[in-house]
Amino acid sequence: METVATQEPKVTQALANTHGLTDDEFDRIRTILGRDPNYTELGIFSVMWSEHCSYKNSKPVLALLPRDGKQLLVKAGEENAGVVDIGSGLAVVFKIESHNHPSAVEPFQGAATGVGGIIRDIFTMGARPVLLTNSLRFGSLDRERNQNFLRGVVGGIAHYGNCVGIPTVGGEIYFDDFYEGNPLVNALCLGIMKKEDLVRGSASGVGNPVYYVGATTGRDGLGGASFASRELTEDSGRDRPAVQVGDPFMEKLLLEACLELVHSRAIVGMQDMGAAGLTCSTSETASRAGSGIEIDLSKVPRREAAMTPYEIMLSESQERMLVIVERGKEKRVEEIFEKWDLAAVKLGEVKDGKTMRVVDNGRVVANIPPKALTDEAPVYKREAKEPAYLSTTRRFDPGRIEEPKDLNRVLLMLLDAPTIASKQWIYEQYDHMVRTDTVFLPGHDAAVVRIKGMRKGLAISTDGNGLYCYLDPYEGGKIAVAEAARNVVSTGAKPIAITNCLNFGNPMKPDVFWQFRRVVEGIAEACRVLNTPVTGGNVSFYNENPKGAVYPTPTIGMVGLIDDVDERIPSFFTNVGDSVYILGDTFEELGGSQYLLVYHGVRAGRPPQLDLEKERSLHQLILDCAKLRMINSCHDLSEGGLAVGLAESLLGTLNKPLGAQVNLQFGTDVRRDVLLFGESQSRVLVTVDSAKELELESRAKASGVPCFRIGKVTRSGLRVNAWIHLDSEEIERTYRTAIPRRME
Amino acid sequence: MKAGIVVFPGSNCDRDCFHVLRDVVKIDVAYIWHKSTSVGEIDLVVLPGGFSYGDYLRCGAIARFSPVMEAVERHARLGRPVLGICNGFQILLEVGLLPGAMLRNKSLRFVCKHVHLKTENARSMFTTRLEPGEILKIPIAHGEGGYFCDERTLEELEANNQIAFRYVSETGELGDEFNPNGSLRHIAGVLNKEGNVLGMMPHPERSSEQILGCEDGRKIWDSILEAYR
Repeated sequence: METVATQEPKVTQALANTHGLTDDEFDRIRTILGRDPNYTELGIFSVMWSEHCSYKNSKPVLALLPRDGKQLLVKAGEENAGVVDIGSGLAVVFKIESHNHPSAVEPFQGAATGVGGIIRDIFTMGARPVLLTNSLRFGSLDRERNQNFLRGVVGGIAHYGNCVGIPTVGGEIYFDDFYEGNPLVNALCLGIMKKEDLVRGSASGVGNPVYYVGATTGRDGLGGASFASRELTEDSGRDRPAVQVGDPFMEKLLLEACLELVHSRAIVGMQDMGAAGLTCSTSETASRAGSGIEIDLSKVPRREAAMTPYEIMLSESQERMLVIVERGKEKRVEEIFEKWDLAAVKLGEVKDGKTMRVVDNGRVVANIPPKALTDEAPVYKREAKEPAYLSTTRRFDPGRIEEPKDLNRVLLMLLDAPTIASKQWIYEQYDHMVRTDTVFLPGHDAAVVRIKGMRKGLAISTDGNGLYCYLDPYEGGKIAVAEAARNVVSTGAKPIAITNCLNFGNPMKPDVFWQFRRVVEGIAEACRVLNTPVTGGNVSFYNENPKGAVYPTPTIGMVGLIDDVDERIPSFFTNVGDSVYILGDTFEELGGSQYLLVYHGVRAGRPPQLDLEKERSLHQLILDCAKLRMINSCHDLSEGGLAVGLAESLLGTLNKPLGAQVNLQFGTDVRRDVLLFGESQSRVLVTVDSAKELELESRAKASGVPCFRIGKVTRSGLRVNAWIHLDSEEIERTYRTAIPRRME
Repeated sequence: MKAGIVVFPGSNCDRDCFHVLRDVVKIDVAYIWHKSTSVGEIDLVVLPGGFSYGDYLRCGAIARFSPVMEAVERHARLGRPVLGICNGFQILLEVGLLPGAMLRNKSLRFVCKHVHLKTENARSMFTTRLEPGEILKIPIAHGEGGYFCDERTLEELEANNQIAFRYVSETGELGDEFNPNGSLRHIAGVLNKEGNVLGMMPHPERSSEQILGCEDGRKIWDSILEAYR
């Protein structure tokens, strides 16, 4: 390898093709440059025009998402992450991103660097990261391979997040054969800052020096962005060198130094070197500012000998940042990095004109207009066609399924399903309490953190049911948003904005692209009605294993704001004797339910239908009640339906399990399994003191929200009509041991 | 009374301790940078949790060579209080202010959860506000918290009443199922012979406010405060 340094391959159409560029794209590069690109330039174009960096296949569809709202300080796509005003001079910055492909070939490092990357996206804006969450998808946990995936991914997330000192406060996870061989690993980070601390990823001001700070550059992660933009194959293990290796200690130092830098007011811009490393950070900062930029590669601190300009420009070594310093304040910047024992090297400066010039020991190795790499990257309208499988799955009639005799057994089976069961085995590996702000520990519908020094609190939830999206992408997209919002609302927080990560198969396949478009349309509709604009996110295509695409899987990260954190509502029953209510209607809906999947082994039917206006009324009712501190608990009904919702409500995180006595008086024409396990939307379980029954009922009536009193909280045992009768201890044991017993 | 919190590169509970001492216990508090050669005019030194130097080599193994550690040792030898929490406890073991060593958790996994502790020594300056045998609920968060020492040291620890806390059940029973990390004799916190240095794996700063679900950690801070009245 060492000798290759001086022997650059000759650039040909064939070489461009192996870089993932089409013949048309190669021609376009020649037109832009007015000449053939050299090898380094070809590499630069190939990563910047990859789907991962350019969104070339998704841009026209993403334009459907609502990105407006008076609360948005920075809109989606303008910067590394969106910024939302939460009042009192504060803003939150948050974003979710995928690291699916790296995690598939190297679960521990893949997941760890996914966390590292998203943390940098947040502090690069000037915000202090205060929490992490994640959305994970794996194949069946009864298979050893997926147990290893889970162990590696959770270990990697814990390794990174714990060491940096940012609590992982929540998350969600599904296990399904459709994710076999192509796990999804999406990580979300949220930061808080004073509004005036906002830093742009912009290289403005001719003559301002450009600094490289943080870790050294090596050959790790070479071509990671391109690797993420193809399907996984049996040979993907060979791409392991495209996976980066993370050093969370370095990240922690970089985080502290960069925040000190922000407060020093010595910089004009900052951007992390994530996908496509130095290439992406230099071209994007110059492009945003509409300026030119020049850097000298001979100055780049390296960890390996004889690296070529191509390798340096494309390296995805972690924990590095590009900082644009205000001229004259270089010394202040160097002092801060020296304090933290980090490298800070001047690489070049902002230039007049519109080119990105990269030199190496006096030789120009790349000379490209930055806009050609960013705003002017190709955009494609892909063909979309409804997938054939839908005509079969839609025809499925759940009415033909035989109703099980032993409903206790069904409930226990569902509680033992890893998708539904307690995630304690996972979240106990994450430090979820560091920073001492986590006022709702994991296990709640949404995590809630306080903001020290004020009454306000933030709630956060991540959601996305891939099976619903598989059976009806539009409804599934709507539900992903609505459920995330409902989870946040259930804790007493008002939803304010979302970030999304869109995980799909190969967009060149018309049926995959149709799924993508329909899901986005559903998300857009829900965001409009619920007034939660999209602040940004990430698209991950090519999630396919040799058997086909994963479920179309959007993951929605919803942020909610609580004006007074003491108004928060727990997700578990709190007092014996409280009255239990179900708010919202239950319909004859079994399609796409976990009950059908787990008990009957059926992946078919229509998923529940969502009426967004009803959803909105439900939210308003709960938030009004929260302000009045009327309800003692509130739990969203989702996978596993009412029966699972009741069982979960018994199992508070810090106390012994409680019980419930429930009597369902619905019409006799509705099936018992539908009542117990159906997943109709816009429903929650709430409890109130018996003295507050009338008030709840009249408020619900006034809001037009169906409201049924179904029972009481008891000391122990779950009874539902004559159908379910289980010990609370058996429920708890089943629910809590489902994952550990498979993992140990 | 004034407290100083040492900040190593990689400390991440420094701010949490600062918050509790300033805003909850309401005493004077300052950060002490790891490159300082003095702890300043300080009564209590806190070595906070985190991953000092990335826990490279071994937890606490590099931090012990920080310039500030010589000053911390001097402070301890003068009989003044030093409290090491989690990574701080590991550093105290590495520097030799406390006997013993830390092993990886028996599960080989990081674990973050609430545990129960039994107060074994209620007479030290860190525990005067506790009753002998009092049960505390305080969270842990560590990957290497299995306390270990040789038999002679263990005998000495027991004989000198140096074991401050043990992991127990909610009702105070000892048992492997209540020991979250495989610590020898369920040890969760250790004092030096003189009783002015305490190392503990659980995080009292995470359980000193009602909003966090538990205030038991407060009693440890209040004990130190009382010792200085």
